[in-house]
Amino acid sequence: MSKTITIDGSTIPFEDGQTIMEAATAASVYIPHLCHHPEYTPHGSCKLCTVKVNGRICSACTFPAIEGQDVLNNTKELTDDRQRITQMLFVEGNHLCPGCEKTGSCQLQAVAYHLNMLDNHFPLFYPKREVDASHPDVMIDHNRCIFCTLCVRASQEKDSKDVFAISGRGINKHLIVNAQSGLLKDTDLEATDHAAHICPTGAILIKRTGYQVPIGERIYDHEQIDQVSLAASGSRPIAALPPSLAVETEHHQHGE
Amino acid sequence: MANKIRVATTSLAGCFGCHMSFLDMDERILELAEVVEFDRSPLTDIEHCTRCDIGLIEGGVCNSENVHVLREFRKNCKILVAVGACAINGGLPAMRNFISLEECLSESYLDGIGIENGQIPNDPELPLLLDKVRPIHEVVKIDYFLPGCPPSADVFWKFLTDLIDGREPSLPYELVHYD
Repeated sequence: MSKTITIDGSTIPFEDGQTIMEAATAASVYIPHLCHHPEYTPHGSCKLCTVKVNGRICSACTFPAIEGQDVLNNTKELTDDRQRITQMLFVEGNHLCPGCEKTGSCQLQAVAYHLNMLDNHFPLFYPKREVDASHPDVMIDHNRCIFCTLCVRASQEKDSKDVFAISGRGINKHLIVNAQSGLLKDTDLEATDHAAHICPTGAILIKRTGYQVPIGERIYDHEQIDQVSLAASGSRPIAALPPSLAVETEHHQHGE
Repeated sequence: MANKIRVATTSLAGCFGCHMSFLDMDERILELAEVVEFDRSPLTDIEHCTRCDIGLIEGGVCNSENVHVLREFRKNCKILVAVGACAINGGLPAMRNFISLEECLSESYLDGIGIENGQIPNDPELPLLLDKVRPIHEVVKIDYFLPGCPPSADVFWKFLTDLIDGREPSLPYELVHYD
């Protein structure tokens, strides 16, 4: 008899060592997330996967599933919390979607759509951030970085490089690259690296590919991120996946 | 119909794209005109608001006149709506927020390519620019937000018909876009 937890009243099986997020995903239950990716060590920084476990607030991506847990996920209160978190992510950076080539295939935007976020609620910071277009094939637009560290983890864990890191604390936190000059062109990043494709926003982009799919025909223009995310983790079929999720799909096609 | 719902509209730091999109509802505007009357709006050329039920604001706030107009709308409209990306987060005009006002004006009127005998406009009738473009919810209380660049005609239609029919307005997934 396998062990179980309940999520919003439904019984979900899990194996020892699984997080609540992993157990939920395996059972086709979507928990909103941005910094979580099934193939990388959990980071627990974006807080979108906030759930209530036995009455206590936890991050589903880092919290282990334990026999008998009563998890609340899809409630009005948590959806409101997640919407506020997403609004904070938007106002702390410069997320001007009409001018971003990632629009329509951006996970930050898609999560906001999914949560029916219609406004920013908070005053906007308009922080001054730079663009690093020095690399021949990849660019960094720091305006759109949400410090999820997926590029950091992808570079270390999959590419066996160490191109990215987060530096500074609090409001001064920023993405840095591993080069004396501080420029992406002087790192050993290549356009084929996993780290170059993992960004959930438009912060790391492959040059000359931004408009290959017209705006209006992109994945989240028609599919909600819960469906896309569950499909990417292998449980549901879907026609086309954004590049940032393609790594997972490939893995599942070959691995399962 | 005696008691039509009064709607006022304006474009602050916007491009009138949202107004064009509003008109994209095509013949449905006749149906709307059965129950709605336009007050101050670029569509009517009425210059100041009287008491209104709904105010639709396109664009963010980039100069002193925008602030006055926005406050006039708030004072006169029972329900004030932020329409489009610029009203909601400053949008494209807010991209000047990363450049100083002096640099912006110099580039446009003094140092730009092809400028001869350049001077920065300073007629007293011109509204003074704010140092940054701001979204309208930072200046007055906003009741509803219609995202999009621009929001589609269907967004306007869904929102206004919801309100007019006495429902709490809501936008389904396919009508929510930030681009």
